[in-house]
Amino acid sequence: MTELPMAPVKPPARLISVTIDGQQVEVPEGSTILDACNQLGIDTPTLCYGDTLAPANACRICVVELEGARTLIPACARKVEPDMVIHTDSERVRHSRKMVIEFLASSVDLSITPVAQDYLRRYDGRPERYGPPAPADPERDHKRTGHHEPPDGQTAATVHSPAKLDNDLYVRDYSKCILCYKCVDACGEQYQNTFAITVAGRGFDARISTEYANPLPESACVYCGNCIAVCPTGALMFRSEHDLRDAAAWDESRQTQTDTICPYCGVGCNLTLHVQDNQIVKVTSPDDHDITRGNLCIKGRFGFQHVNPQPRAPL
Amino acid sequence: MFGAGGGTSSYKEAEETDLLILWGSNARETHPIFFHHVLKGVHRGARLYVIDPRRTGSAQWADTWLGLDVGTDIALANTIAREIIHAGLANETFVDRATTGFAEYRESVEPWTLEHGERITGVPAETIRELAHTYARADRAILCWTLGITEHVTAADNVLALINLGLLTGHVGRYGSGLNPLRGQNNVQGGGDMGAIPDKLPGFQDVENDHAARARFEAAWGVKLPPRRGWHLSQMFEAMERGELRTLYVFGENPAQSEADSKKALEALEGLDFLIAQDILMTRTCAMADVVLPGTASWCEVEGGTVTNSERRVQRMRKALDPPGQARDDHWIIVELARRLGHDWGHPTLEQAWDELRSLSPMHRGMSYERLEELGGIQWPCPSEDHPGSLYLHGRLWSEPVEGRRAPFSVTPWVAPIDELNDEFPIRLTTGRRLDSYNTGVQTNLYSSPLRRGETLDLHPEDAANLGVEPGETVKVSSRRGSIQAPVRLDCNLRPGLAFMTFHFPDEIDVNVLTIDATDPKSGTAEYKATAVQVEKLNGDERQTAGVASGRAGK
Repeated sequence: MTELPMAPVKPPARLISVTIDGQQVEVPEGSTILDACNQLGIDTPTLCYGDTLAPANACRICVVELEGARTLIPACARKVEPDMVIHTDSERVRHSRKMVIEFLASSVDLSITPVAQDYLRRYDGRPERYGPPAPADPERDHKRTGHHEPPDGQTAATVHSPAKLDNDLYVRDYSKCILCYKCVDACGEQYQNTFAITVAGRGFDARISTEYANPLPESACVYCGNCIAVCPTGALMFRSEHDLRDAAAWDESRQTQTDTICPYCGVGCNLTLHVQDNQIVKVTSPDDHDITRGNLCIKGRFGFQHVNPQPRAPL
Repeated sequence: MFGAGGGTSSYKEAEETDLLILWGSNARETHPIFFHHVLKGVHRGARLYVIDPRRTGSAQWADTWLGLDVGTDIALANTIAREIIHAGLANETFVDRATTGFAEYRESVEPWTLEHGERITGVPAETIRELAHTYARADRAILCWTLGITEHVTAADNVLALINLGLLTGHVGRYGSGLNPLRGQNNVQGGGDMGAIPDKLPGFQDVENDHAARARFEAAWGVKLPPRRGWHLSQMFEAMERGELRTLYVFGENPAQSEADSKKALEALEGLDFLIAQDILMTRTCAMADVVLPGTASWCEVEGGTVTNSERRVQRMRKALDPPGQARDDHWIIVELARRLGHDWGHPTLEQAWDELRSLSPMHRGMSYERLEELGGIQWPCPSEDHPGSLYLHGRLWSEPVEGRRAPFSVTPWVAPIDELNDEFPIRLTTGRRLDSYNTGVQTNLYSSPLRRGETLDLHPEDAANLGVEPGETVKVSSRRGSIQAPVRLDCNLRPGLAFMTFHFPDEIDVNVLTIDATDPKSGTAEYKATAVQVEKLNGDERQTAGVASGRAGK
């Protein structure tokens, strides 16, 4: 038989041995500490980590203690090195993780981030001790560096601002944003290369913004929705999901997820159709498929209305 | 190519190659997720050349954009070839052992000096030279094309001219080197694979010359098969005009609006004795039909069909929605129709139909539904169930000795577009897609896209200034076949003398009133990409507030 047309074979990776919580484990060179933890079945909390994106190191909830290191290190980004000795559940690690989730939960609306409640319980986070959340600030988008007002101590400082409903396809509600950078990376050079959004402002006023905080229809956005796909907190959401949630009709327990192929161009992107009551309510793509790695274009992500029963006049 | 019609490379090779050429392809807008792979390659250091009359969104990512004149692709390819040969950069080892017809080819490109090429294509000689040398010297290089290559009267020769370049440099049949048509519809590849072309049985087995293959199909189906090729779409329309074709069964297509020279196409459709349309939505063609068969959407309302993508990957579709009203699955309609015409095939499942295909098409043999599921799709050829599928094609050309038939060079003479520019029709109109829309807009016009701005006549600011027209102003656009009205939009990424329109909004503005139905005799593709037009300013009386829907309403 002819040689099979396959990709050139890469040399097998060297195995690196590390010790985590007293257990020894061998992982291929280039793996992260998070990979090694996963291999041992150690459940590591993550928020900004996404398996299709390079680690952003933004949220710090995955930190672990490495013997010999001065500071705690993020498990999602740090590559294993021979003979590392790592602790994932030390007092220092638990305290740090608690601080991260508590501060986030006091300042950000994590009501539809299921893992957040889990992490709060696990690390005994009590965000309410910082006071009731401050109300939404309609001026937040226009805050300038150095104009930050210190909180008054009566309420917990928040990132709350009015949700942006400026187009029919998706909603941006930055009250739910933990600044994980995943949307910026997906929109930027890791996938879409459109660069419609980035982080504006400094310190506590930092927020995701289009240029000059323009509404999306006046920005560079091409509505691929690849930012929605990576958002871990629901800050970015299909308009259809947003409207159903508003009407208290969003019910994931009644939804099915079906993998199929996009009906448009010849690239053959895999779609996962999220269907509730015989209506497509959301479209995603599997992260682990080589063609899309979770990404789609505007047609694949939003171009399904022609089969949703409502607007479709029966023949 | 060389017998099997499919792209030779896989998408992931675009990430690892050294040089990418997009020729007549605006993948950034028309194949956005393929372009993600291209951009990974670009960020890794691959050079990108984009060859297109327009400075497209894809061209904006290119190291070099070659803005050739519409319809001069063969001239450019032949010039590149001559330069490669004369610079001593042809891959002689590969040419000698794996190809045929080189001497004749070399002679045919000999007149195409850089200077001559520049004169015909409008691309500076130095830029052609640079591309020729870079392509020939690259360790690995992938050449991709789309409808900018195939929607011309020389469609087949355009493709062959590009294949020649791959053969000349040995950029085919290796990981990271290949020749790839990017397919415009989710199953245009699969349609070809399944024999929906006039001269092929499923699996690209020739209906006229491959007697053994025909005999296998006859034995399996228990019927005699006509040993002659059928008509392609353009030949069908010609036959309708001659009155030879009287009944037409249109299946998920909207020829009332998608055919070039739509006035003529509508006349042909109206002249039929009987028109059947099977579709998921009420298209203009359905509105004209005597009988409409409501089908289900195969991508989400049917369990189990397959489509094949531009990297030859066969993938399964699945049912997520219950279809509306009386809609029936396409395969149900077909077998019912057969039964009522006196052929009882029972009601095979799609998997049974697929397994029959596997028994008759060697390149699909190893693709059981179970394996398609497990492997996330399989790339043909996949001859047996222990075969992983083929990442790239034609590795055999590099084996020692070369296996199978050697790859032929083709002599590709350049022919200018049929619709000539002159003083009366001085502007070259080319058509294409925009990111958020698809073909005649039947599906895409039903979702609310913030990017949609309707049909416009895109003009270079210099042309607009010469015509004395402003952005947003409605003008009259005429070709030798008809006229439409459309609002002007300025686009600096066009060149003076070049205009652009889509064909996404035919209910409002029927751009195909303008296009020419001159077709490539080999492939039957119409020359949508090259229409000669004049643009006229309207005086008050002629202007209509909205665009004009041309052509007649359906019956």
